[in-house]
Amino acid sequence: MTDQTSFHSGLLNPTVPVPDGLIDARHRPAGRRYGVYRNNVTVSLRDALAEGFPALVSLIGRENFDHVARAYLRHAPPTSPLMMHYGATLPDFISTLDQLKHLPYLADVVRIDVAMRQSYHAADSTGIDPSTLQALEEEHLLATTFHFAPSMILLRSTWPAGSIWHYALRDGAKPTGQAEDILILRADYDPEPYVLGAGSGDVVQALQSGVPFGTALESGGDAFDLAALLNLLLSQQAITDLNH
Amino acid sequence: MPDATHAFPHLPNLPGVGYKPQHFSDILDNPAPVGWLEVHAENYMGDGGRPLAQLRVLAERFPISVHGVGLSIGGEGRLDSDHLARLKHLCDWLNPASFSEHLAWSTHDSHFLNDLLPLPYTSDTLTRVADHIDEVQTVLGRRMLLENPSSYLAFAESTYSETDFLAEIVRRTGCGLLLDVNNVFVSATNLDYSPQGYIDAYPLDAVGEVHLGGHDEDEDDHGAPLLIDSHGCEVVDPVWALLDHTLAQSGPKPLLVEWDTDVPDWPVLADEARRAASALTRVLS
Repeated sequence: MTDQTSFHSGLLNPTVPVPDGLIDARHRPAGRRYGVYRNNVTVSLRDALAEGFPALVSLIGRENFDHVARAYLRHAPPTSPLMMHYGATLPDFISTLDQLKHLPYLADVVRIDVAMRQSYHAADSTGIDPSTLQALEEEHLLATTFHFAPSMILLRSTWPAGSIWHYALRDGAKPTGQAEDILILRADYDPEPYVLGAGSGDVVQALQSGVPFGTALESGGDAFDLAALLNLLLSQQAITDLNH
Repeated sequence: MPDATHAFPHLPNLPGVGYKPQHFSDILDNPAPVGWLEVHAENYMGDGGRPLAQLRVLAERFPISVHGVGLSIGGEGRLDSDHLARLKHLCDWLNPASFSEHLAWSTHDSHFLNDLLPLPYTSDTLTRVADHIDEVQTVLGRRMLLENPSSYLAFAESTYSETDFLAEIVRRTGCGLLLDVNNVFVSATNLDYSPQGYIDAYPLDAVGEVHLGGHDEDEDDHGAPLLIDSHGCEVVDPVWALLDHTLAQSGPKPLLVEWDTDVPDWPVLADEARRAASALTRVLS
């Protein structure tokens, strides 16, 4: 009898022999025929990862990516049939690979790939009319808390991860070595990672935590450009509700 | 999520195609001869975004078949109740013209393997599959179609032929069948039996949909042909001939062209659908 435990055991481990009880039409051992399933499993998971991690593929090349993907899928096979979520732990896994230690920023760039896909599949929402915000008196505005779109994701990197992502996929300028906050916003159906100006990441993080606008502004610092941040949030439909 | 329209209670006896997002505009602008679409359920289980928005638009124009690829109906373990609930949510929202899944397993010990893996055909596996189908049909509140797999090997312990196994599943559960004639051709070649003989023994009365797709060619350890179900190229002539053989006995059916890898531009896929339309015309003449 060939139970699914034995059939399963060799699928992700090529050193495990072909399970007994699997045969061809002449009752000979299945041999290579079992290898078709082995190959299908690995290739389908690898290709699903490649689709979900375009920046990583671009930065290290498809051949290197395939090696990383093969190691990852054996280390962490999917635990759900929703392949749209597969690879959420790939950034942490990458941090553990000796072969990629010379690219210490890579995990944060891969976190952008993860967040882009998460944003793509997030629930739809509608941004507030900018006039709603403009109509508030200052006293009210400072006491207001913001609700954000489910598709909005803030990432804070000690590396220029956003610029590297743009360099990899959008022909962006060669990144310079400074920390970056990245805000992924989805006005319609296509998420986009924006590199935030100084202080904006602190303010967005504070607003996300639910503190009033006035309190959040205090975390911005001297170089913080409020108009630029509000313009970005409003134009990308990121603010979905205000609570006074 | 607002309800999608559900003006299409059944799949029509017309060609359909497996929907790919890159064909969205082409399908809306110039669908002929495509009369319905099939989507992989798992691609529409996000919370929102473009996939669901496109599906909402398509469902207003076309009957939709929801085709699951991750339920692991042939699995030794229990069905994943979270996944079944997601399928129910999708089907309740979309009210598709058809729901189908595979005679295969894909999950073991909570690992999802993203492939359709084979099972032996025995009285034990028959009971298990029938119980799982009962559960699916009860939870979804609808009849499902079960698809025959592509096989690359056989199990020494099997005591049923695949056709007898499927016929008994239909008898026990009342489910319908999705007959993939490319899978029949692939399995028959790989396991050295007659694909026409398979069709002749198959419970055609239960067929609610027919699949067509392309396959790759390889060899086993002994140099024997080993066909691999790839959905990455045109349907080959012997499979079209097997379709004719099938339709001559079954009468017209909803015919789906699957092309999932190396997806071509719309005109190429539409040509394959035209070829399916010709097969339907032949059976009616």
